[in-house]
Amino acid sequence: MKPAYQKYFRDNLPHIWCAGCGNGIVMSAWARAVDELGLDKNNMIGVSGIGCSSRITGYLDLHTLHTAHGRALPFATGAKMARPDMDVFVFSGDGDCSAIGGNHFIHACRRNINMTLIVINNNIYGMTGGQFSPLTPFGKKATTAPYGSIDRSFNLCDLAIGAGASFVARGDIFHAKQLTDLIKAGYQHKGFSVIEVIAACPISYGRRNGIPNPADMMQYIKEHTVMKAAAEKMSAEELADKHIIGVLQEINEAPEYCESYAALCERVQGGTK
Amino acid sequence: MAKVRLVQGNEACALGALKAGASFYAGYPITPSTEIAEHMAEMMPACGARFVQMEDEIASIGAVIGAAATGAKAFTATSGPGFSLMQELVGYAALTEVPCVIVDVQRMGPSTGLPTLSSQGDIQQARWGSHGDHSVIAIAPSSVMETYYQTIKAFNLAEKYRTPVVFLLDEEIGHLRERFEVDPDEAVEIIDRKQPTCAPEEYLPYENVEDGVPAMAKFGQGYRYHITGLTHNEKGFYSSALPVVDTFNRRLLGKIEDHVDEIFESEEFFTDDCDVLLIAYGSVARSAQEAMEELREQGLKVGLFRPITIWPIHEEKIKALCAGKKAVIVPEMNMAQYAREVRRIVPSETPVIPLSRVDSELIIPEEVAELVKEVLK
Repeated sequence: MKPAYQKYFRDNLPHIWCAGCGNGIVMSAWARAVDELGLDKNNMIGVSGIGCSSRITGYLDLHTLHTAHGRALPFATGAKMARPDMDVFVFSGDGDCSAIGGNHFIHACRRNINMTLIVINNNIYGMTGGQFSPLTPFGKKATTAPYGSIDRSFNLCDLAIGAGASFVARGDIFHAKQLTDLIKAGYQHKGFSVIEVIAACPISYGRRNGIPNPADMMQYIKEHTVMKAAAEKMSAEELADKHIIGVLQEINEAPEYCESYAALCERVQGGTK
Repeated sequence: MAKVRLVQGNEACALGALKAGASFYAGYPITPSTEIAEHMAEMMPACGARFVQMEDEIASIGAVIGAAATGAKAFTATSGPGFSLMQELVGYAALTEVPCVIVDVQRMGPSTGLPTLSSQGDIQQARWGSHGDHSVIAIAPSSVMETYYQTIKAFNLAEKYRTPVVFLLDEEIGHLRERFEVDPDEAVEIIDRKQPTCAPEEYLPYENVEDGVPAMAKFGQGYRYHITGLTHNEKGFYSSALPVVDTFNRRLLGKIEDHVDEIFESEEFFTDDCDVLLIAYGSVARSAQEAMEELREQGLKVGLFRPITIWPIHEEKIKALCAGKKAVIVPEMNMAQYAREVRRIVPSETPVIPLSRVDSELIIPEEVAELVKEVLK
């Protein structure tokens, strides 16, 4: 029997991702979330950039925009402003979002338009064969860092919080049920929601960094993620190589941009400027 | 009722956009186009249209395409450096066939150049700025009134042919203030993109239809489909199948190039009765026209061809107009960007003489007249 969330997929599966890739887990977590929320396919827009993660939109039976590298958020901004009544989900990867799309990312955090961004962070450019991204940890190997990366990495969630994002969460592909809940919470938050997902790329990242086996990679993620509540009781030293998972920021007072714009229109049309 | 007042070219463009039904604007400040953004920010909220100032020009055109996909008539305004930044997504809009208008108020380049001074240096950028083979429509008006009406036409063409349209003002026209007499309630032709009439499950957003322009569903109306910058089949999904790619690329070019008769607009003065034909567009056409009038008073047979549509270029028309002339002179504020097209089209026995000015000053009528006299000596 097909699961209930199957209705959110087009009939073009199987997907193109490698065995052991985390993208499918994220895609099904999203589908479970929207199924549990009871969202209507005809009222949803899916937007993505370029990269492995951005191929998700091709599989979703929504109105979908597979845009240019790094540019998913501007397209989503235009779509949501033009149709504030529609639900907008944006899918991105670590390179797409934090390197080429980094400027759009911080400004989307600041602008606070009611949409949900899911960033699949597999620490590498997978589609082009394994170059380091701004989220590749210092010292890790990549095809363009054969001796280990000397680039310092971003903490994407800290960056989002610093840029003023009103909802920031981190999940991972091991804790798939929690990921579904985080996507639901992100959707239910009124404002721009950022959900970073710690994911696995055994082929382009794992193989070069001593974890070539997908199961070992999953184990690695399990061991290197800590629930927010538990993390609060841990020392900085203990947390040094850990990802804190859960809702990291939620501000409900931040003005939502489309609402502010609608209020501005009303003010102007009412004759007061 | 039409009220007569002084209006700037950039404002006329903003007014024309609203008249055309523009419901979305995204932009980033850049001289000499900024007045367009300022006018949109002021006027759009009053009619419920959406205005957003983005973080850069790439984001601006991205937002424009995203809004246009939902059905909005969307546009942005910029100048040369910003237009250069937009080029990847101009190609995206061309390939995905999402209608939009990009206003480029040209300034002196390359690079930062002379931001406040005039140029026509983006003629070729408008055609070839983005990578790969695709066609484009570009328009260059010569007056403030014409800016208003041609802006409306730019939106209509974008909708009719599902394509980005580049609106090439030069700084001179963008910042020119002149008599503007337009009835805001005047009935003008407004074209909306063709809508699908079939059932959603039968919809082919990139169908190989006879006229080359498939129907485009708006997001949120039950036609769930995929828009991708990857080369795609009629359903809109990635394809590298040779016949699919070939047919697609040829349709993309053909839908515009094959309709040049319908798209192309121009103005002609004494083109049948002249020894020397001037070809000029934008602000320079005004100097060319004045030179022509003075020279004709002196008894010299001079004509003027003023293309309003810059791209696609009407090769047959230009070839016919230039046939048998003693010379064709192309004055423009660049190093012969349009003249090279004329030279390519016109048989080699007719000399095509560029008159280039790239010191940021306008070409004045006397310069044109002097060259004509020299040629006729």
